[in-house]
Amino acid sequence: MAKQFGIIFGCLFLGELLALVPGMTIPGSIWGMLILTFLLNRGVVRAATIKPVCKFLTDNMAFFFIPPGVALMLYFDLIGKELIPIMVATVVSIIIVLLVTGHLHQYLHSRSKHHNQHK
Amino acid sequence: MTFIEIARNPLSTITLTFVVFWLTTALQRRTRLAILNPLVLTIAFLITFLKLTGISFEQYYEGGRMIEFWLKPAIVALALPLYNELKHIKSQFMSLFLTELAGCAVGVISVVLIASWLGASPEVIRSLAPKSVSTPIAIEITRQLGGIPALTSAIVVLVGMIGAMAGVKTMEWGRIKSPVSKSLSMGTAAHVMGTNRMSEYGDRYGAYATLGLILNGILTAFLAGPIVNLIL
Repeated sequence: MAKQFGIIFGCLFLGELLALVPGMTIPGSIWGMLILTFLLNRGVVRAATIKPVCKFLTDNMAFFFIPPGVALMLYFDLIGKELIPIMVATVVSIIIVLLVTGHLHQYLHSRSKHHNQHK
Repeated sequence: MTFIEIARNPLSTITLTFVVFWLTTALQRRTRLAILNPLVLTIAFLITFLKLTGISFEQYYEGGRMIEFWLKPAIVALALPLYNELKHIKSQFMSLFLTELAGCAVGVISVVLIASWLGASPEVIRSLAPKSVSTPIAIEITRQLGGIPALTSAIVVLVGMIGAMAGVKTMEWGRIKSPVSKSLSMGTAAHVMGTNRMSEYGDRYGAYATLGLILNGILTAFLAGPIVNLIL
């Protein structure tokens, strides 16, 4: 247990250090994820070693997020004032993302399959 | 001690958070309705409870911060599913990466442009930029961008609900036929909630959606800052 948390928090710590670099817009936790992925990929850390704690943490992400969600009560006024731009921008953007991602992947995927068949 | 003094003790607010989430999760398991999202219900219940009892958010947050603390290590732990998926899809990596790059860019650009045309304030626009990414990642990005993390979390949950409820229909209407492409898009556009929806079709679909979710999270972390600064 201590080993697993040590590895995960160690990566997070290194990530947070990287995020301190001035002008950095990437969160420390993302750097931490990338560092751990790199270590797994190089075989420095074995997947089986960290699996129980990783599974516990990722399975319960929704719960950890409740307090920042409750913080919403501090911003009811702001949301009320800008409800229309927020809703319209959000809904239109979701449709665009779904269609662009779906069509592009469908196109690239069918092209690469085709390519492999003719090799 | 009065009721309020006991109720605002960190031990009480943490206990309440556990119990409400437990009950709402059980409720959804019973009813199987996507709209009864345990996360949304728990947040709504807790806000109502705090408003009614007059306990301030700051008082709730004395306990709440201990729960929120675990978000960051949870994001780091996503390295494991990412690593597991990368092993399987090495040959398709380029097409997946290009797709995600495009999905991420159009997502951030469209939401920022539309919101600024409709007159949203810079703070709100910064909070909207990472809207398609899973909440823990999105609020970290918003913090780094100078937006309002709580607003981001509300939008992200909203995006997830819209995606889970209408995403598959939207793609059928848009003539996206490949199930793998649909899964990837749902993870990209509607994060964990889109991923849950695709998992109903089978593990393979859930895995593609997870990949969309994680890759878009990483790319948005890299691209949202430069894009927002360029447009605003």
